[in-house]
Amino acid sequence: MADETKGVSRRDLLKRAGLAGAALTIPVTPASPEQARPAAASAAQPAAVKREPIENLTAAEADTLEAICARIIPTDANGPGAREARAAHFIDRALGGALKESREAYRTGFAAFDRYCRSSRGDAFVNLSTRDQDSVLMDVESGSATGFTGSSAAFFNMVRTHTLQGTFGDPYYGGNANFVGWDLIGYPGLRLNVTTEDQRLGAKPTPTHKSAYDTAMFTKADSHDH
Amino acid sequence: MTTRLKETDVVVVGLGAAGGVAVLPLAQAGIDVVGLEAGTWLTKKDFAPDELRNNVRDWPMAVQKAQQEVPTHRVNPKANTTRAGSHPMMNAVGGTTLHYWAQSWRLNPWDFKVVSETTKRYGASRLPKGSTVEDWPFGLEELEPYYDKVEYECGVSGQAGNIKGAIDSRGNIFEGPRNRAYPMPPLRSTGFIDLMTSAARGLGWHPFPGPAAINSRTYQGRSACMYHGFCNKGGCHVDAKNGPHLTTIPRAQETGRLKVVTRAHVTSIDTDANGRVTGVTYVTDGQEFFQPAKVVLLASYTYENSRILLLSKSKAFPNGLSNNHGQVGRHYMSHAQGGSVTALFPFNINAWYGLPAQGVAVDNFADDNFDHGAHDYIGGGNLWVMSDRRPIAAAGMGTFGRTPSWGSEWKAFVMRNADRTNTSYLQKTTLPYEDNFLDLDPVVKDPLGFAVCRITADYRDNERRVSALAQEKMTEWYKAAGAIATQSNPIGTMGPTTHAYGGTRMGRNPETNVVNEWGFSHEVPNLGVLGASVMGTSGARNPTLTAQALAWRTAEYLAKNWRTVTV
Repeated sequence: MADETKGVSRRDLLKRAGLAGAALTIPVTPASPEQARPAAASAAQPAAVKREPIENLTAAEADTLEAICARIIPTDANGPGAREARAAHFIDRALGGALKESREAYRTGFAAFDRYCRSSRGDAFVNLSTRDQDSVLMDVESGSATGFTGSSAAFFNMVRTHTLQGTFGDPYYGGNANFVGWDLIGYPGLRLNVTTEDQRLGAKPTPTHKSAYDTAMFTKADSHDH
Repeated sequence: MTTRLKETDVVVVGLGAAGGVAVLPLAQAGIDVVGLEAGTWLTKKDFAPDELRNNVRDWPMAVQKAQQEVPTHRVNPKANTTRAGSHPMMNAVGGTTLHYWAQSWRLNPWDFKVVSETTKRYGASRLPKGSTVEDWPFGLEELEPYYDKVEYECGVSGQAGNIKGAIDSRGNIFEGPRNRAYPMPPLRSTGFIDLMTSAARGLGWHPFPGPAAINSRTYQGRSACMYHGFCNKGGCHVDAKNGPHLTTIPRAQETGRLKVVTRAHVTSIDTDANGRVTGVTYVTDGQEFFQPAKVVLLASYTYENSRILLLSKSKAFPNGLSNNHGQVGRHYMSHAQGGSVTALFPFNINAWYGLPAQGVAVDNFADDNFDHGAHDYIGGGNLWVMSDRRPIAAAGMGTFGRTPSWGSEWKAFVMRNADRTNTSYLQKTTLPYEDNFLDLDPVVKDPLGFAVCRITADYRDNERRVSALAQEKMTEWYKAAGAIATQSNPIGTMGPTTHAYGGTRMGRNPETNVVNEWGFSHEVPNLGVLGASVMGTSGARNPTLTAQALAWRTAEYLAKNWRTVTV
C-alpha cells in the first residue's frame, strides 16, 4: 500500500512509469441476451458457436462438458468465454491423444456427475438453470458431491485445468478459437522478436493472433497427440 | 551378447552442462574422447513457442531416459516414500541446458569457506547441529580462471560488480574479484524491472541485472536473444541460449578427437581386480556395449551420479564404486526454490514477454552479506524478479482469496489482473546434514530392472529460517514497488529438483568426501566425477556455471597429468 512504501512512493513510481490514472483496456463485448438463460437453450443457438464433430466423447458427455466449461469461464457482460474458445472441443480431441490417460476419469466422472445432478437437482446438468448449474459445480468443487470415485473435487479440478488449457493454449490444439482466450486476459500474442518498446510499462502491443505453427520455422507437434 | 568396442582415452558419461564442457579441453589436448549421451541432438526447429507442449505437458523432458528413473523421496527413514510424476532434467546433447533458465552465477567467496568464516565471525557454535558442512578444498580465487574460461567460451552476459577488487555498483557489489568484465553486457531491462530496480534502491539495497548464458548481442556468430517469452522449459529458436551443444561440443568435434554417441543408456562403470575402472557398459535399443577407456568421467546428473556408482558393485567395491568409505550419496542438498513470493499490483506491469534470466537481483540478504549477529542461522537468500509469463499459467493465477476460482467473478478478476501479478524466485543457502542422503530405492526399479535413486531429506531449522528471511525481504521489496497484496508460497520438499547437490562431495579428506580437490575419486584414481554432485555447499544461486567451471578444471587437470592419472 502506498502509505506503507519506504523511500519511493507508489505515486512516484507510477508517475515515472507513465501509468498514474491509466485505465485498464480489456476487450469488452456487449452483454449477450442469452446469458441468463439455461445453458441448454443457449447451446441450441448455432449463431453463437459452431460445434465440431465429436472425436472421443459420447454425445451426452460432450453436451455436459460444453455446459460445464461454459460455467467455469462463462460468456457474460465481459465477453466470450470457454464456449467461444471451444475448450470442450480441445478436451474432446486431447482425450484421444495427450490426455488419453484421463479418458476413464472423464467417463466415470461424467456418470457420477449425471447421477448427482438428477438425484440432487432433479434433472440432467444441461437442463438446469445457470443458478442450479453453479450450485452443483460448487458441490463438486468442494468435494461434497456424492457418488464419485474418490473426491468429486478431483473431477472438478481436472475439468477446470483442462478448460483453462483449452481456452488459453495455442489454437493449434483445437481450443482458444479466434484467440478469444488470449484476448480475454490481454495477452498480446506470439512475437518471435520482442522489442524494447514491447516491454515498456504502459505499452500495448497489438495482438498478433498467431499460432506457434503458423510459420514453417518449427517442427509441428501432432495436434491430436501432443 | 555384449559388444566390446575399441578402447578410447576417456569416456564421458553424459553430455550435459558439465560433461559437454569437459570434452573441449580434453579434445584440444589431443586426447580421444567418447561422449555417451542418453538423449539425441535437438535443433531450434524443435523449440516452438508452445506453452501447452513445453510447460504443461513437459515436452522437453518427455520420452527420455530420465523419465524412467525419477527418484523417490521420503523426508526421513520412517516417513512414506513418494515418487513425483516427472524428472526435472532432460536427456539430449547439451542436456538440460536446452531448456534451463541459463542463469550463470559465480558463487560468492563465502560459499567456499562457510565453516571457517562462520567460526571466525560468530563462533563455531553457530554452525547448525548435525550439519556435515566443510570448507571447500580451495577458495574462489582458484576457480576464477575457470569461471572466466566458461563465461567466454560459452558466452555469458552480465554486469561485473568487482573487477580485481574495484567495486562497480552497477553489478553485484558482493561478488568476489573477477579478472575482467563479462564478454557481453547484461540482457536488457524492462519497464517493470526498472520499477523494481528503483524500489530496491529506495530501500537502500543494491539491485543489479543477473548473469545469463544468453546472448545480449551477437556472439560467436550466433543471434542475440529475442525475449519472446518461451525460454522457460523451452529451447531457443535462434540459438541464443549458450548450452554446450552449440559451443564446446561442436568445437571439440572439430578437433576430430570427440566421438558423440547418442541414445546410450549407461548401466555400469566397470573395474578390474586392482580397483581401477576399465570402461563403461551401456545399452542402446536393447543391445549391450562395453566401451573400454583409460579414464572415465562420470557426468550424469546429481541423482544419477550417485546411482550409477552405487549400482556399479564389484569385488573391489562391494558397496558400490568409490564407496568403500560409505560417502557416496552423502551431503545431499537442494535449493528451497519453492519458497517464493507472489505479488499483486494495482496496475498492469506488461510482463508478457521476456525470459527468466531477464530481471533484477538483490544479493544483500544472501550468504554472509549482512550481519547475522542477531539471528540464529547462517546463510541467506538471493532475491530475483523477472519478466516471464505465459497465458495458461497467467489465467491459472491465484486470486489472493479475493474471488472463487471459476465463474463470472473469477473471469473478471483474471481479466483485470493477469498482467498485474509477478512471482519472484528466491534461492537460499541449504546445508548438508547427517540424515539427508541419496541411496538406491529397495523397491522401485527402471524398465531395465535397476533400482532408481532414493532421496531421504528434509529442510531443517536453518533452511526454514533462511526461507522466512528471504520471503520477508521480498515482500518488503514488492510493497515498496507498489504491490497491494503478496502471498508467501510454501518451501516445498527436497524431492527431485533442478538444483540438486552432493552425493560425490569434493574435499581433501577421503573419510568424508568421494572426490579429491581435482574431482578424481579418492579410491579409484582413473575415475573423475563432474557436476553439482561434487559441490559441498549450495550457495544461494544457480549451480550450472560452477559445475561447468569445476568440470573444465577437472578436465584440464587430467590433460596436464595424463601420465599420473593413467599409470
